[in-house]
Amino acid sequence: MKVSMSVNGSPVTADVESRTLLVHFLRDSLGLTGTHVGCETSYCGACTVSLNGQAVLSCTMLAAQAEGAEVTTVEGLARNGELHPVQEGFWERHGLQCGFCTPGMIISAVTLLEENPDPSEEEIRRGIEGNLCRCTGYHNIVRAVEYAGAKMRGEAPAPAEWENA
Amino acid sequence: MYPRQFEYLAPSSLDEALAALDAHPGAKVLAGGMSLLPMMKLRLLSPEVVVDIGRIPGLDGITDHGDSVGIGALVTHAEVAADVLVMRNGAALATAASWTGDRQVRNRGTCCGAMAHADVAADQPVAALALGATFVAASSSGTRAIAAGDFFVDTMMSALAPNEILTEVRIPKTGPGTASAYDKLGRRGGHTDYAVAGVAASVTRSNGSIGGATVALTGVGNKPTLSHAVMDALVGTDGSDAAIEAAAAHATDGVEVLEDLYGSVEYKTHLASVFTARAIKAALNAI
Repeated sequence: MKVSMSVNGSPVTADVESRTLLVHFLRDSLGLTGTHVGCETSYCGACTVSLNGQAVLSCTMLAAQAEGAEVTTVEGLARNGELHPVQEGFWERHGLQCGFCTPGMIISAVTLLEENPDPSEEEIRRGIEGNLCRCTGYHNIVRAVEYAGAKMRGEAPAPAEWENA
Repeated sequence: MYPRQFEYLAPSSLDEALAALDAHPGAKVLAGGMSLLPMMKLRLLSPEVVVDIGRIPGLDGITDHGDSVGIGALVTHAEVAADVLVMRNGAALATAASWTGDRQVRNRGTCCGAMAHADVAADQPVAALALGATFVAASSSGTRAIAAGDFFVDTMMSALAPNEILTEVRIPKTGPGTASAYDKLGRRGGHTDYAVAGVAASVTRSNGSIGGATVALTGVGNKPTLSHAVMDALVGTDGSDAAIEAAAAHATDGVEVLEDLYGSVEYKTHLASVFTARAIKAALNAI
C-alpha cells in the first residue's frame, strides 16, 4: 500500500506493507536512523517522534496511520547547522551518556516545551515519564530541558551545577 | 517485532466500518492502537483484517448531551484528562485518564479503546463504572446502550459483540452535592503504569450525611467491580474520617481478590481499603 506524509518538512511517499510500523518506515524506507527501536512494547520511548506536534511512539503506530501527518524526528530539529535549543541543552548540561534514549528524549522535551514553555522541575519529570534512560538517573536531562526552556524563552540559562562547585 | 500480515482497511464512515466488520468476522477495530498493536506485535493476537476507525469524522469529540457528557470513540486520554466538562461531571475519569500510560500513550490512546480493551488493572473502566456511565455500541443493525455494570464481563472481555464498535461513553451529569475521585498505586510506584490496586468513588452529600455512594475497584480481580459492602456501610453516615475508614475496611467484602505478579491477595486487599478511604475522602473534599 502507498503512504504519504511530511517528514521533517519534506513530502514523502512510499510503498509499504500494511504491517509496517512508522519507526521502520522512517528508518528503513527513509534512512532516518536517528529514531531508535528500544523495547518494542511501548514502554521505553526511544522511538518517540513528533506527530502533528505531539509526542507519539513510532513503534506502536502503523505507517498507514500517519497518512497525511506531519512527522518530525531528531534529524529535523537543527536549522542551518545550528542545534535546536533542546539539543544544545543536552550538549551543554551533559544530558546523555550512551545516547540510546536521547533522540526520543529530545523529541519529548521539544514537544513538552512547545506545550508548556516554562515547566517546573516536576512538570519536566512528568513530561519525560514515557522515556526511560538507564544511564543518567535523569538529573542532567532535567537540567538540559531547563537550559533549553530558558534559551527558548530568551532568558539566560542558569549556570551548570559544576560551574559552582 | 512486526505483527503478522493483515489486511488494513481505513473506512471513511461509520457505516462502512460496520459493514467491514460484518464482512470480515474476526476483524479487529483499531483506534489509537496503544493496546491492539503491542498485542499484535507480540503475536498474542493476529487478526486477518484490521479496521482503522481513525479517519471516520464525527467520532473525535466530547459532546454535551444535556443530561450526559459523551466521549467519542477517537477522543484520546490526554483530551479526556484536560476536558472541563469531564472534570466537572466525572473528575474520577479525568484523573484516571491523566494517569493512563505515559504522555506518548495518552496522546494516541483512546478512552473508548481502553474501555473496549477491558484490562483488569486499567484506570478508566473503573471510573466509568463508579460514575454510572453508559456505553453506546453501534452495529450494522443499529445502536444499543449498555450500562457500565453490564459492559465489563471478564478479563479483557467486554459486552461488545464482534461486529460492534463502541462509538461513545456517556457520563451522566452531576448536580451540586455530588463529586467523584480516583486514586491508585501504580505498578511503577505513585500513579505510574497500570494499577496494582485502584479505587474510583462517586459520593453525594445531602443534609450533612452521605446520601449516596458508588465505589468501584480495579486491579484486584478479573474486572472492575463495585464494592457494595463499602457503599452500604458509608451511606447514611456523617462522612467523617472515622466513618469512611470503617466503611473502607470492607472494600473487598464479597469481592474475589486475585493474586498477580504485582501483589498477593493480602496486599491487594490492604491496598483496596487504603485507596477506598483516600478516594472517598478526595471525592467528599471536592463537593
